[in-house]
Amino acid sequence: MAAVSLTVNGKPVTADVDSRTLLVQLLREQLRLTGTHVGCDTSQCGACVVHVNGRAVKSCTILALQLEGANVLTIEGLAPADGPLHPMQEAFRENHGLQCGYCTPGMIMTAVDMVRRKGHDLDDHTIREELEGNICRCTGYHNIVKAIAAGARAMRHGATAAAAE
Amino acid sequence: MYAFTFHRPQTLRQAVGLLAKNEEAKLLAGGHTLLPTMKLRLAGPPQLVDLSLVDGLSGIELRGRSLSIGAMTRHNDVNTSPVVHEAIPALAKLAGLIGDPAVRHMGTIGGSIANNDPNADYPAACLGLGATIITNKRRIKADDFFTGMFSTALEPAEIITKVSFPIPKKAAYQKFKNQASRFALVGVFVSKRGSDIRLAVTGAGANGVFRVPSFEEALKTRFSPKSLEGMSIPADGMNSDIHGSAEYRAHLVGVLARRAVAEAIGK
Ligand code: FES
Ligand code: FES
Repeated sequence: MAAVSLTVNGKPVTADVDSRTLLVQLLREQLRLTGTHVGCDTSQCGACVVHVNGRAVKSCTILALQLEGANVLTIEGLAPADGPLHPMQEAFRENHGLQCGYCTPGMIMTAVDMVRRKGHDLDDHTIREELEGNICRCTGYHNIVKAIAAGARAMRHGATAAAAE
Repeated sequence: MYAFTFHRPQTLRQAVGLLAKNEEAKLLAGGHTLLPTMKLRLAGPPQLVDLSLVDGLSGIELRGRSLSIGAMTRHNDVNTSPVVHEAIPALAKLAGLIGDPAVRHMGTIGGSIANNDPNADYPAACLGLGATIITNKRRIKADDFFTGMFSTALEPAEIITKVSFPIPKKAAYQKFKNQASRFALVGVFVSKRGSDIRLAVTGAGANGVFRVPSFEEALKTRFSPKSLEGMSIPADGMNSDIHGSAEYRAHLVGVLARRAVAEAIGK
């Protein structure tokens, strides 16, 4: 076992982990942040996407020990627990961008990262290309694409992820 | 995963020392090939040497007539770098075709070429541009570096530090993606620098990335897709699997080579 210290959703965390522990295991099993999901465990589905130092990454494909000193943001840290939803979360709700919801945390973390890189005016083609690494088994993507376009516009105003990061 | 000891050296010298001491140790760069392979227990290195804290391994720099990219530079950074866009736009485009956005935030150029996956994109760029691979010990020409699938000229305890690409006059990359994995079923990188013409193919060869001298010769007369009209390569030595037969891949090499040349000359 080795110790790793990092910041998760703004809070400093120190954990004892086996060298094999993946970030997603640290989040779910040790920190009990179960909003981050494991869909495939093979770097393909994107259910496990979180932000590390401001960039979207697949938490099933990174070791906890690689994150010494890193800043991690998960779906739980996107908006205050008792406050309003993040605009991207709100857009998924408004646009019925989910059915079972399993892919949703990863979709939303990917979407927020997409806005950071590509701006607030996202056309359907860009959104669909950018969702290359996020798989949804339910929706057929249509409403996810709509939700992301709306969420991206909404993030221009109001509280953005920057506050949480 | 099998158990391993995790090391995080801060200098290249420490990293080299760890590799020299532990023969079966593996370097961890972006980890997007190695970690999945370890999860499947197809690899079980007793030691992992993480390069992410080693100084001076990432960054993009224009040096005279060549573009130098640090081994730990992420695909996303190559894809979005204004310097790369200006110097070798085809290379920026290629980096943006690898994996997906989250994968591109982690994956590195050094990791990709050290692994030399027969379907990877970067080996085609290195060979197709005549890059030089720079290690802690020496400079290796791309022509000598890739020695067969998953195999390179790297020696034990040798670490890639950067890759230097001469800047071509024209270049383009065409990739035909495997519909499921999005890896290159076939990818063709072509470049022209003075009279030096190079055309490299990834994905197709049973032995990894390779050049096509007959196409290069034909393009020397005239750098136009017309010069490759009707040309193909033998199916012998092509990879064959459920995704495509050797004949199909050989055919795609011709098609993509013509498209790449057309793109390179802006048609
Ligand atoms: S669980 Fe990480 S990509 Fe599917
Ligand atoms: S809503 Fe069920 S997997 Fe996307």
